Order: sequence, then structure tokens, then C-alpha cells
Amino acid sequence: MDFRQNYFELFGLPVSFAVEQVVLQQRYQELQKSLHPDRHAAASSQQQRMALQYATYVNEGLATLKSPLKRAGYLLQLAGLDVRSEANTTKDVNFLMQQMEWREALQEANAATDPFAVLNSVRDEVGQARDGLYQRFVSAWQQGDADSLAQAHECHRQLQFMHKLLDEVDAMEERLDD
Amino acid sequence: MLLQISEPGQSPQPHQSKRAVGIDLGTTNSLVATVRSGERVTLADEQGRDIVPSIVRYAETGIEVGEVARAAMAIDSENTLSSIKRLMGRGIADVDSSTLAYQLEASDSGMPYVRTRAGLVSPVQVSAEILKTLAMRARASLGGELDGVVITVPAYFDDAQRQATKDAARLAGLQVLRLLNEPTAAAVAYGLDEQAEGIIAVYDLGGGTFDISILRLHKGVFEVMATGGDSALGGDDFDMAIARWAVTQWQLPEAELSGRDWRLLLQSACAAKEQLAQHEDVQLQPALPGIESTLVLTRQQMSHLLDGLVQRTLRACRKVLRDAGISAQEVKDVVMVGGSTRTLYVREQVAAFFDRQPLTSIDPDKVVALGAAAQADILVGNKRDADMLLLDVIPLSLGLETMGGLVERVIDRNTVIPAARAQEFTTFRDGQTAMMIHVVQGERELVSDCRSLARFELRGIPPLAAGAARIRVTFQVDADGLLSVAAEELSTGVSSSVVVKPSYGLSEDEIGSMLKASYQFAEVDMAARALREQQVEADRLLEALDSALEADQTLLSAAELQAMREDMAQLLTLRQQTQDHTALSAAIEALSQSTDYFAARRMDRSIHDALAGHRVDEF
Repeated sequence: MDFRQNYFELFGLPVSFAVEQVVLQQRYQELQKSLHPDRHAAASSQQQRMALQYATYVNEGLATLKSPLKRAGYLLQLAGLDVRSEANTTKDVNFLMQQMEWREALQEANAATDPFAVLNSVRDEVGQARDGLYQRFVSAWQQGDADSLAQAHECHRQLQFMHKLLDEVDAMEERLDD
Repeated sequence: MLLQISEPGQSPQPHQSKRAVGIDLGTTNSLVATVRSGERVTLADEQGRDIVPSIVRYAETGIEVGEVARAAMAIDSENTLSSIKRLMGRGIADVDSSTLAYQLEASDSGMPYVRTRAGLVSPVQVSAEILKTLAMRARASLGGELDGVVITVPAYFDDAQRQATKDAARLAGLQVLRLLNEPTAAAVAYGLDEQAEGIIAVYDLGGGTFDISILRLHKGVFEVMATGGDSALGGDDFDMAIARWAVTQWQLPEAELSGRDWRLLLQSACAAKEQLAQHEDVQLQPALPGIESTLVLTRQQMSHLLDGLVQRTLRACRKVLRDAGISAQEVKDVVMVGGSTRTLYVREQVAAFFDRQPLTSIDPDKVVALGAAAQADILVGNKRDADMLLLDVIPLSLGLETMGGLVERVIDRNTVIPAARAQEFTTFRDGQTAMMIHVVQGERELVSDCRSLARFELRGIPPLAAGAARIRVTFQVDADGLLSVAAEELSTGVSSSVVVKPSYGLSEDEIGSMLKASYQFAEVDMAARALREQQVEADRLLEALDSALEADQTLLSAAELQAMREDMAQLLTLRQQTQDHTALSAAIEALSQSTDYFAARRMDRSIHDALAGHRVDEF
């Protein structure tokens, strides 16, 4: 396979933030029906090795295009930006302040009379802010010039914080459930 | 009757069905099944018994497996090994040996070995004996050598436990097509029988392990959405809970009970548990000398004794539903698997949790082996047009040790396999040429709370200034859920060698010497075996290329085709004439490499075909 083919091409989808999930799943299954190592279990070890690599690449493609956060990062990568670098962290002070407030609210949730209510309200607020960031990301990415892409990159950095926070809300709810 | 008429010289290859079986290698019981004339069947012994108790006895006269071994449990408990699956891929420190009737000893690397009259044996060797017995039954029933087997493992097995299972198969001389997760196998058997569509949950409670998997079934695709469980929780624990109750009731001195006493107590506990599936109460006869009274155990009392264990399984169910991102109401069917789901209290509690009656239509003891047989039949190539596809996941996250004993996640649990992830590392000292990578598996933050899988030592890093070398390490999890690691230095392109030190596993050398020991004979046999293996591999390659050429000759130029045919003819001649397995192995490798490009073109073609008709311009 041409590993230079990007994931959108691999799945026969247009390069876009909006991905029709049903179509993605359907294409994915079609690809795996011919590439998965199970389809080559009786073949030579060479072909098995190849099937392993291909199926892995298709799985990575699915994981990337399925998750909005990964998809956003991937679009930036295709546009030539380095989204993986360690030094890649937001310097937006207001944003960081807001993050700290949410985190404090979460910590206090443990002691609250109705911790689930606190969790839900944090979840709603963060969720709204996240959705706003995605909108800003999409329009900046669509503009496509260097400045706009830098803005899209900043949105992506902040989105990573948002998703991490939402994961923590879920983890906390899990602990409270048990 | 249909007659197939072919043009002369074009007769299709005689359709020879290959011999493939599915093996359920259980903690308590094992089974082997196959697909015969389109029907999935378990294979029985001459007495008509399907189940082989997973018990191995090292008797004076040789090794006994199954019912014979079980019969000797009471008289020769130290040499009769049961529930060995619990020790697979484990360190001695992980094992509670207080109630084992046999003696464990730690190896140099901290692995548990069992002391028997035949010397020290590893759990892998014991499992290999069970596999050999099953394979022998299969060969007798199918009339010849097996072309391939699918062996099932608990979905919640970690890498070390899976590797140990595969090592056991290797010792038994079996060609493993796939390690298949038990609940996935059950879902296959159930899905094929019922033509089911939608989301199902498989609740699999065996003798020593518990799995819960959520799958989505759609048009022959079995997609595991999430899996969870406990690889050390099962019916054995039920027996233990009942036995401990009996010890208290009979006022026995717990500290003074021997392994043999425990075995008798557990046997009577197990019998009581099984009877309570039919009766409201049961009498326990004195299990040990010196006990005068019988005990009465009611269903309700037993439910009370088992409640803590059953609740543990339900907590795992809640977690897996969360991981799958669905509610219990969205689950269409709950399939019960494993002998321990015969316990009524388990059924009641599962029914209440999912708010629907669980399905028990397929024998819970056989369903896993039957599903594995279906998969083996397809993998070996007997059903080329089959539409079935299994998409499974990795049950536990993989991570690396970082500064301060913390874990950095590399591959998250419930990621679809095969999966890979590349990670870059750098050196921190000038001229550093080696580095150690510690891989762990588990969900916790601290290395000490996760299972250590292996230490990989990277060697041959070119000596550069600190931070200048960039080493890319690729972690690959294959379709069996097994991890492998490859490393490359990026600035020079030198591939570093990776030396693996499994934390809880056998090294290549150890397996090699066990293989040798299992042949008891001279080197001639080893060489003969190695030659036979290479001949099989050569046949596989030639056969694969033949059928590839038959299908996709058009992908080659005339010159390429001719060159390939010549190379194939050469390998065939060598295969028929040589006695030298290393020469044959080298020739196989050479042919595979020289035909890599053809395999790649075929793959690309199949991608193209898979998406034919829908391209970007559709939108």
C-alpha cells in the first residue's frame, strides 16, 4: 500500500473536518474485509506481515478520523504543522485561569452534598466551551493562510486541555458510582 | 448430485478441505471442536466424552491427562496438577499457593515451577500436555496431521499470559492460526447460529477467569466494542468460598489443613454447588476423617456466600458498558458462557443487571470451542468466500516506565488490534550506545501497580552527543494481542537491536531446551523436525504464490512472471532434494523477499477493489 496516502484518501473521503461517521465505518469494514490478518492467516509469512502492517494502518486511520480531536490534529499535520512537539502548550492566560477554576470546582465536588450535580454543571460548561473551540478551529482551518492556521493550532492546543478535563470528569463520576 | 465439468487442463484443484480445529484451553476443562461438512461439532473420546478435564498427572509410568489424571487426584495429589492456567504467565509472587495440593518452586527468573516426580515442570509444559492430548484426539478424528489450530484465551489475559499460551502450543508442535478471545469465540458461535444483529454482551465465567465483552454484530462483522473482566476470578473461587464456610461450620483448624485436605474439601464444595442448580438444599457429607456431622447448605445460604464474588463481576460489567459508551438497555442479548454460569444465583443477578433473561441456548461448556472451530475453518482457508470478520481489541493499556516510576500510556485499552504506536526517545549522555525500555500493562498511574511485561534493551545506538540521537521505537500489537518492539535511530537510519527480557515468561533458550527435552532423542530428530517445519513453510509459500498468480497474474509483466515462476521452480526442487533445513529456510526467505512487491501490489489492488465505486467525487 502506498503509506503516503493520507487517511482521507485511504477511506475515499474528502479532506474535511466533517466526516460522515456511518460512511467511515462502512469503508473501514470494507477495507478490513480484505486486509485484516485473518484474511491472510493461511498465506505465506511475508503476506501475513504485510497484512499486519496494512490492517494496523487502517485501524490508525479509523481511530484518527473517528475522534474529532485527533482529526483536528491530523488536519493541522497535513497542513504542515507540528502538533506533537512537547513544547506545544498554550500560553493563553485567560484560558489557563478558566481551566484552573474548573479543576477547583471538580476537586470540591467530592465534598459537595450532590457531587453529581457539580460534575454535570462542569461537564456542561466545558462541553459548550469545547464546541465553541471546534467552530473556531474549523473556520480558521478553512481560511488556510498561515495566520489562520496558527489560530487553528491554538484552538487545537486548548481542545486537548478540554478533552483531558472531560475525561477527568468521567473518571470522577466512575469513582463516585462504584 | 452436482457434477463439475471442466475443460481438459483446467480442472480446478481438487477441493481438499484442510484439517483445522478450535481449542478451548480452560482452567477446569478443555475441549476441541471442528467444522465437519459445514457443521460445528466438538470431538469426543471413545467413551463419547467431549470434555477433557484440564488435569495432568506425572505418574510413575508416564504422563496422564484428563479423566485418568482426575481419577488419581486423591491418591497422588502432589503429582496431579489442576487449574494450571492460573499460573500461566505469572510470577511466583502473584500466586496464592496455600491451597494448592502441589509444590511450587521459583525459577531463577521468579517463575513458578511445579515439583513433580518427573522433576520441575513449568506451567507452559503442563499446558502443552493438555494441548497434545486434544491434538491427538483431533488427529484421530480428522484422519491426519492438523493444518492449524485456533486456541482461545480469556479476553482479559495480558501479554505474558497470551505469550505463555502460544509457547505451550509451540511445545505441543501445533501451528497456531490465531489466539482468539473466549467471549469473542462465544459471540461467533452464537451469532452464526442465531443470525443475530445488534449489540450483545457475553458474560463468560469459567473455572478461573471472568470476561465480559460487548460486541456489535452487523452483516458478518463481529466488532468488539469493549472488554473487561478479571483474570483471577471464577468458579474455583466459588468452591473456595463454600469450602471455607464448611471449614468454619465443622470447626476445622484451618492452619493445619494440608493441600490434600483442601482438595477433598473443594471437591465436596464443588459437588454441592453443582447440585444446588437442581435442588433447594444439599447435604455435605464429612469430607475428612474425624468429622462426624453432615452439613446442610441451602440455595439462599450459598447465594449469600457467593454474593461478593458475583458483585465483583457486575462491577466489571458496569465498567465495560461505560467503556463501550452504552447503557445496559441498549444491549439486545446477553450470552452466558462458562460452566460457572450454571449457578442459579449468577443467572439471577445477571438477569437483574441487564434487565433481561440471559441466553443459555448453546451449551455454556462448548460454545467457546465451537466458535473457535468456526474461526479456524475460515483462517485455514476452507471457506474462501466467508464474509465473517472479527475485530477485536486489546484488553489492557500498554505503557512505558518514565521518570519517577510513572507510566506513560502508549496504547490505550480497547484499541482495535492490530495496532501500533511509534515513540521517540533520545540519549541523555554523550556517546550513549544503549538504553533500557520497560514496558508495563495496566490502567494505573504507577509502574509498581501495573504488570511488568518486559524490559527491552536497545543496543547499537551510534555514539553521538547527548540528545542528538533520536531513536524511534515502534510498539506493535498483532491480531493475537501480542506485543513486539522494533527500534531505529533516525539521524543515521541504523536499526538498533532489541533484546527482550520478558518479566514473566520463558526465554527463547528455555523453550528451545524444553523442545529438545520433549524429543528425548538424538540431534537427528531435532534436525528432522526442523527440516519438516521448513518443508511445510516452503509448501505454504509456494501454494500461496500459486493461488496468488492464479488470481492476479495480470499485475505482473511477462518478465516478472517468468522470473517468479523460475524462482518458484527452484525452491520446489530444493524442497524435494535437500536435507539441509538452513539452506531451505534461506531459500524460502529469499523467495519471499523477491516476491514482496507482488504481495504489495495485490494488497493495493484489494484496497482499490474494496472502495471501488465510492471515490471522493461522490460527494
